[in-house]
This record gives sequence, C-alpha cells and structure tokens, in this order.
Amino acid sequence: MATAVSGPGAGSRDILWRVLGWRIVASIVWSVVLLPVCTTVFIIFSSIDLFHPIQWLSDSVNDLYSSYVIFYLLLLSVVVIIISVFNVEFYAVVPSIPCSRLALIGKILHPQQLMHSLVHATMGMVMAWCAAVMTKGQYSFLVVPCSSSESLDRPAAQTCLNEYHLFFLLAGAFMGYSYSLLYFINNMNYLQFPIIQQYKFLRFRRSLLLIVKHSCMESLFLVRNFCIVYYFLGKRFELIHDIEAVLMVQMRTFMKGDFQDASENDKNDGMCAHVFPVQLPFVEESDECLPKVLNSNPPLIIKFLALQDLMLLAQYSSSRRQEVFSLSQPGGHPHNWTAISRECLNLLNDMTQRLVLYQEAAATNGRVSSSYSMEPKKLDSPAKTPDGSSPFGTPFGSSVVKRVAGIFDGNTCYGLPQSPQLIRRAPRLWTSVSGQQMSEFSNPSPYTSFNNAEGKTVRQPSVIHSWIQHKREQIKNFLSKRVLIMYFFNKHPEASIQAVFSDAQMHIWALEGLSHLVAASFTEDSFGVVQTTLPAILNTLLTLQEAVDKYFKLPHASSKPPRISGSLVDTSYKTLRFAFRASLKTAIYRITTTFGEHLNAVQASAEHQKRLQQFLEFKE
Amino acid sequence: MCTLGLFPPPPPRGQVTLYEHNNELVTGSGYESPPPDFRGQWINLPVLHLAKDPLKTPGRLDHGTRTAFIHHREQVWKRCINIWRDMGLFGVLNEIANSEEEVFEWVKTASSWALALCRWASSLHGSLFPHLSLRSEDLIAEFAQVTNWSSCCLRVFAWHPHTNKFAVALLDDSIRVYNANSTIVPSLKHRLQRNVAALAWKPLSASVLAVACQSCILIWTLDPTSLSTRKVWDISTEICVPLPWFRGGGVTNLLWSPDGSKVLATTPSAVFRVWEAQMWTCERWPTLSGRCQTGCWSPDGNRLLFTVLGEPLIYSLSFPERCGEGKGRVGGAKSATIVADLSETIIQTPDCEERLGGEAHSMVWDPSGERLAVLMKGNPQVQDGKSVILLFRTRNSPVFELLPCGIIQGEPGAQAQLISFHPSFNKGALLSVCWSTGRIAHIPLYFVNAQFPRFSPVLGRAKEPPAGGVGCMPDLPLFTETSSAPWDPLPGRSPAQPHSPHI
Repeated sequence: MATAVSGPGAGSRDILWRVLGWRIVASIVWSVVLLPVCTTVFIIFSSIDLFHPIQWLSDSVNDLYSSYVIFYLLLLSVVVIIISVFNVEFYAVVPSIPCSRLALIGKILHPQQLMHSLVHATMGMVMAWCAAVMTKGQYSFLVVPCSSSESLDRPAAQTCLNEYHLFFLLAGAFMGYSYSLLYFINNMNYLQFPIIQQYKFLRFRRSLLLIVKHSCMESLFLVRNFCIVYYFLGKRFELIHDIEAVLMVQMRTFMKGDFQDASENDKNDGMCAHVFPVQLPFVEESDECLPKVLNSNPPLIIKFLALQDLMLLAQYSSSRRQEVFSLSQPGGHPHNWTAISRECLNLLNDMTQRLVLYQEAAATNGRVSSSYSMEPKKLDSPAKTPDGSSPFGTPFGSSVVKRVAGIFDGNTCYGLPQSPQLIRRAPRLWTSVSGQQMSEFSNPSPYTSFNNAEGKTVRQPSVIHSWIQHKREQIKNFLSKRVLIMYFFNKHPEASIQAVFSDAQMHIWALEGLSHLVAASFTEDSFGVVQTTLPAILNTLLTLQEAVDKYFKLPHASSKPPRISGSLVDTSYKTLRFAFRASLKTAIYRITTTFGEHLNAVQASAEHQKRLQQFLEFKE
Repeated sequence: MCTLGLFPPPPPRGQVTLYEHNNELVTGSGYESPPPDFRGQWINLPVLHLAKDPLKTPGRLDHGTRTAFIHHREQVWKRCINIWRDMGLFGVLNEIANSEEEVFEWVKTASSWALALCRWASSLHGSLFPHLSLRSEDLIAEFAQVTNWSSCCLRVFAWHPHTNKFAVALLDDSIRVYNANSTIVPSLKHRLQRNVAALAWKPLSASVLAVACQSCILIWTLDPTSLSTRKVWDISTEICVPLPWFRGGGVTNLLWSPDGSKVLATTPSAVFRVWEAQMWTCERWPTLSGRCQTGCWSPDGNRLLFTVLGEPLIYSLSFPERCGEGKGRVGGAKSATIVADLSETIIQTPDCEERLGGEAHSMVWDPSGERLAVLMKGNPQVQDGKSVILLFRTRNSPVFELLPCGIIQGEPGAQAQLISFHPSFNKGALLSVCWSTGRIAHIPLYFVNAQFPRFSPVLGRAKEPPAGGVGCMPDLPLFTETSSAPWDPLPGRSPAQPHSPHI
C-alpha cells in the first residue's frame, strides 16, 4: 500500500479509505480484542507449575484480575495499534524484488524502512518490558537490591542492575528489529490473494495452526541468535553458572517472542481476511462502478480488487455480466464493455511490451548472435561511437532499450527501409499501430505519439548521448574489475525475471475476466457488443502468447526457484510467471472452444490465423 | 420410476452391440465384420485391441540409486536422520528400537514403548475406518470405478474434454495416449507412476494430463506436435488450499459437474458431500445404507444421479438454485428421489427367460444429457456373472425422465470394465467401453441433440449409415418414446423421499 499511497494524491486516499476503511478498522479492532486472550495464555504458561496445578491456576487467575495487568493490557493495545498502522501503511500487492545485492541494502536502509525498524525495536522493547513485569519474580525490575555477602552490615543500601531484566529488554529490541528486517527481506508485506474464495472464519481457522507453528519456530531462532549475539558482545552472562536459569529465561523469552509474533501474525491474518473477499459495487453513475475504477488510475490495491471483482463477475454472475453487455440508455453505446475491455487490453499490451523489451535486453546482454539483436545497431550506427559497444549492454539497459526501441519503432512508422524481420515483427510488438479496427480499443494515441516524439528528439542530442554512453561503459568496465563491487552490482537472473512478473496477478485476472466475458458473450450478448472487439482481443492474446513463448525460451526463465514449503512466508510471487503462462493459454482455449469454427470469420493476420487454427485443433 | 421389467430383451448370445440408430440398438456378429465400411467412415477413432500378454504385471525393479552402492553400516544417529527424511517419526522409532548396543538401554525401551503406542493408535484409527487397513492396491480396487481393477489390462480410461484423444492406463502402469488424427502413440512411464487410480485431462488445454498414482499425483505435459513426452511439474504457483471437512475418512471419488459449479466428493463411509465451487461450502448427505458408489451430473450441473452401495436404486438429487447468484449456497433440494429401480427381474425373451438387474457399479451420463449408461456389478444370477451395461434414454428439462433403451453386449467371454462417454461427439453420443479382453469399443448412439446443438452440427439424416447389418431397422420416427414405446412412458418423480441433507 506504500506504493499506492505514494502514487496519486488525495483522491486516491479517499477511495482507498472508502473501500478499505472498514476492513482496516475491523482488523485493528479484532487484534485488540484478541490481545487479552493472548495475555491470558501467556500469564498461565509463564507461571507454569505442574506439581501444584490448583495453586498455579488460581495464582494465574489472581494475576489476571489485578489492576496492573489491565494497565499493561492497555499499553499493549497501544503497541498493537501502532504496529497495525505500520502494517497497513506497508502492505503491498506487488512485491518489491531487489535485483542486486546493492538494491537489497538500499531497500533496507531506505528511511521509511529504517523508521519501521526503529519503531518495531522500540515496540519490541515495550512488549518485553510488559512481559517481564507480568511474569513477576526475578525478572520484573531493572534495579534490584543487592545483598552482597561481604557487606552484611549494610543490609538494604545497595542496589544493582538486574541482568535478567536487561536481557529481556534487549531481547525484545533485538526481536523487533530482526522481525522488521525479515519483514522486508522476505517481502512479508506482500498480500497474496487467495486462489479460491472462502469465508473468513474458515480461512482464519485454517491458518491458525500454521501461524502458531511459524511463530514458535521464528521466535526460537531469534532467541538463539540473540543469545549468541549477547554472549559475544561481552556481557558475562552466567551461562555456566546456572544453566537452569538460562533455560527458564529462554523458555520465557520464547514464550514472549511467540506472544509478540503471534499477535502480530494474528493481526496480519485479520487484515488479510478482511482485504480479500471483495465486492465492489457495480453501480451506474457512481465513482465506484467497475469501469470507472478500472479506467481511472486508482491505487494499486484498488486496481487489484477491481480486477479480481471483474474476474468473479465474469465467471459466476450472469446478471452482472448482463450489465457489462448492456447499452447506455440514451445513445446506445456499450460504454461498460468498452471501458472494461480497453483497460484489460491495455494491461495485456503493456505486458507484451515489457516481455519483448526484457527479451531483447537479455538477448543482447548474453548472446549477441541472435539475428535481430544486430538490427538496432545497424539502424543506430550513425549515432554511435567507434568503439561499437551496443547500447543494450549497460546495466541500465531497459531505459536505453526503450529509447532505441522508440527510434526503431519510429522508423517503422515512417516507412523507412526495413529488413524483412522488422516487417514481420512490427505487428507483433506494436499491435496498436497495425490493424485499423482495433485502434479504438488498444488505445494507441499515447504510445505511438510517445514513440514518434522519441524518434524525432533522440536524433539531435545523439552526440552527447553517445558520449555519456561511452563514459558509462568505461566506468562500468573499470568497476567490473573490482570483485567486491561486482558482488554487489551483479544482477541475480532469477530476481530480475521475478521482477518482470511481480504484478502478473493483475494480468492473470484481466485474462480470466476477459476470456470468461467473451465466452459468455457467445450466448448472452444480445446486442453484439463483444463482437466488435473480438479481433482486437484475439490479436492481443495471440501476440502476448507469442511473446511469452519466446520469453520462456530464455535461460533461467523456465526453471523453478526452490520453494520453502509449509512456511508462512509467502513466496507465491516467485512462480507467478508460470501461473501467467498457464492462464494465458487457458484464456485463449476458452475463447476458441466456445466460438469454434466461427473464429475463422474473424479478421486476423495470416500468422495469427495459423496460430488460431492450431488452437482450434488443440495442437498448442 | 423406471424398472428393469420395461427393458427390451438382451440381444441374442454371440451378438455384439454396434451402434444405436433410430432408437434401436443394432447388433452384429463381431466388431469388424458386419457393416464393413461403418466404422471407418463414421467415427474416425483408433480401434484398440490391447492383448493382455505383453502387459505383464509390473515386474518392478527399484530404480533408486540405493542398489548401486555397497551397503555401509552407519552410525545409528546418522541412520535415524536418513530415515527421518524417508519415513518420519515412525521410522526413527523403529530404527532405534531395532538397533543393537548402540544406544542407551532406556532410549531403546522408550522408543519401543512409543512405537507400541503409535501402532496401537494407528490400529484404533484403522478400526474406526476399516478401509485404512487395506493394502493400497486393494483400496484402489475397492473404490475404483472399474469393475476389476487389479487384474484387467485396462485400468483407467479418460477422454480428452475437447478432442478425439484419449488416455488409457494399462496394467503395467504405463499410460498410452491415442489420438484420432495421428498414428503416434505416446507412452508415459515414470518411476513413481504405479497403481494408477485415476486420469484427468486439464480442461481448456491441449495436453496436460494428471495421473493419480499410489504415492503422488503426476502431471504430464504432452507436446502434441512431437513424439517425445516430457514430464513437467506445473501446478503453476504450487499452492494448495485444504478445504475443511469433518467425518467420512477420506475421499474416494471426486466428480466435477460439467459446468464447473459443483463437485461431488464421495467418502468410504455412508456420507457424501456436494461442494459448490465459488465459496467452497458444502452440503453433507448422510445416505441411508452405505457409501455412495457412483454418481453422475447432468450437463447443466443441476441434477445429480447417484447410487448407494447395497441398494439396486438410482437416486436423483436436484439443485434448483443457480449457483453464483446465491453466494455460498449449494442449493440442493431437501430430499433425493428414486428414479430407477434396478432390482432383479425376469425378462421374457423369445427363447427363454433372462434375469436382469442388481447393483450399479458405475454410471455415466452423456454430455448432451440424453443417454445414461449404467454398468452393473457382476452378479452370478444374471448373465453368468457378466457385468451388464444398461442404456437409458433421459431427458432433463422441463421434467426429468428416464426411459429404458437397451442392453449393450460385448463379445462372448468379455466383461465390461469401464464405460465413458465422448465429451464432444456431435452426432449424438459416443459410448466407449473397455472390455476385459483388452478391447476398447466405441459405440456411437446416433440421435439429434435437441438441447445442445453444437457449433458444427452435422445433420445426421443426410448421410445415414447404410442400413445393412444384422438388426433390421424399420423406418421409425426418431422420438418414439412417448408414442410407440411398450413401456410406461412417464416415470415422473416418485414420492419416495428417503434422504434429507444435513447441512
């Protein structure tokens, strides 16, 4: 949500609050309500005494009723609320994937994140203090009266530091801080949308066991790490002296860690459960109706929710599908369908473009032997320095590639002499400029105009540009000799692939929604509003399919990252590309199996016709 | 209610059922001989006859690397760690209890006590759910939809949902994929692919096949254009969501409704569930006398026919509410009705009396909703213990009707193993029957689909099959069941309402 907030201005805040407000409030309320339960469990277990069970239970109940526990509960509620607010601010629907180690360090040292870590450390300390005081006994005070053996004559004058208490406090701070670190490194702020819809209670019940297990494991590891750190920092903790005490402390710290972690996770889960079941109202003439939300530029999470809603309505609700296929009352324009399909197609075209760019960058970075990686050079040659290094070779490849692609596309637009490969490639890359009948829907104006403008302007400052290029190359060459720097700068191929597909969930929903709507239109669309868009949709899907096919031939793209199973840390974004590929194919098949032979009547390029035929014969 | 007394007599011995035309089942003396050009012209499908002999029961070798190494006795703790990975806690306890002089005596004693406790607990579990004590082969044979899973050479059969392609799992644990348009027959084998219990094609895809094996589910991706097959684990994001359920002791059979809105999950005990596939809530149906043996969905997913083990009846359960609008409701009727009585009856044939009836073993409904095939359990009283296939004519709207159509008979000595309808046969319905001889016979049932005209309707009247063959075919009108049928035309809904759901 951080990304969402940083985007558009107050309007986005507004819609965010309207859609998500009650969920946020409810989740915070729930986590505060669950707090006494956790506290009770903690108190009962911290004074465990198996040999006197009745006394143990009555003592714990007495403790629970005492006024100071109420005070600590209030304090803890404040802590929980602060942490909730932080969580709400940091939740994201698109994981941020650092491509190199330097980026990871930068991510951790980002002021926002530093603030997060500091607050978490403080909160951890407060929590540890509460826990220590609630445990009573020898851990409760920072200062204890010393009864040193040699000075019996002055009985109560001296006080000294209670190391157990200090240990507790430091452990709390350490845990808070490392939790915050892991939170960012493991992308724990990533909200994964569930694959199937379920009721909140069921989902909560299912994840409860997992949460408890996960937080036990986590806090045990953290306690171990903290003990090591504490020992080596020179504090002479009497480890050998009384191992028993250490065990006690450890157990209690573990309990506390568990408590902290569990409460946070509870809240986390509460939040998730509140975010997911979505039902954006499909009200005409309102700011919140689906086509408007999709076409405005809402915060990312709203866009995700809207697309999920689109998928659900396309799949399950025939009455809402009717609204999509309906015509506007005066005028008879299919505004709803136009808006929805345009937005989906834009999303998919963006994806195609991204894939093609990535692919070209990868092709030139790696093996320069592929046929069309040479073409840009040829075209670009007057504006190039004699050292002949490809502009794609920089680590900042993508922007340059984009620009060169701009030139390149400008040329095709202006009808300069082209190689056959270019001609073949043109409709595939820039569907918006080829084919007149889809021009309305694939929203060509911003993109082509951007390209043309780029194509003109880049020519003039090309000398300076190439000089900068040259310098950059030199610096890069210089730096690449230093191993340590390369260690930080090296891009992890898997990470950059994941980054390409980090928001693919959106595209998956767009694909599903669109294909379900098109399939349903075969029987339900009485005005034929979908028919007009069908060629554009097919064109987009097939182009995307082609780009995806090519993309998956790249090295690393089709290998699976290792997967940690059974962990609460969500790693599903790592394999989103496979889900995307599968749903693209399914979407095309959904359309072809519904329309069958009728698709032969749809206008498409020869290449796409061939492809369609293969889909019709189930040979893909 | 429909009873077997209304059935036409079975075809004479030695005749095989070839196809249905004009509401009559046409028989001939063999699959190859009678109308010579019939098969080749009308359905272009591979005719299969897989002999049992080359498919020996899997003389399986352990392909693990273990045998390649010389056995080396490791430390007991090392062995424990290894076995923990392979078999879990049970194996570790077993290992410690069996180790000699390597661990402390009290550790050994403790682990043998723990082991005994584990065994006792598992036996208790087994006594609650008796099927858990079966061997896994027997378990599959018990619950499979095949009549004779353990010894027949064709174990599982699955049509591709969209094309003329099917996969067959054979006795030797290999899977063959036959395609009408190509002569290439890919054969799928894998070390883990043993005791295949079920096959399923991914809908809306060309070539993803899921195989339920003894220890895992294998997902194959067949490249439709090449010979080689590759196994790819590809459940794209690899997340599973367990659904909450109580009681029942496992799931024996899952059946999706054709419109994808509901799933039937049968259990080994006398209960089955119907899930709706949007919010994933379920309705529980504690059936009366036994577990749900088999079931089938109507094409629109609004009606479920099922049978119960030990009862010669077919029940019908309707789901009048459309899914999706009422969110999170399965919307089943309050009670199931009996639509057919399959109990044993005597049918008069011209020569002698024939006994017919018994319990249903499996049941399939054709995708247009006009034919229902029921594979009966073998019964020594009926047809010398051969399993019989009954064919019903059905109609789903406006009211449900079930009318007898005929009996499908195979070659002498052949037992029907498995029945399945082609999912997109546009001239009517196509029933594929796997016989115990290793033959897969495709029996086309020609009729005009009134309710579900497909996008390429072939008007069957224009090019009828040559009226050769053995059965003489008088030129009857197509829909005769209400006028000229000799049986009671309206089965309607019986008032019997034996079950009610517990939600």
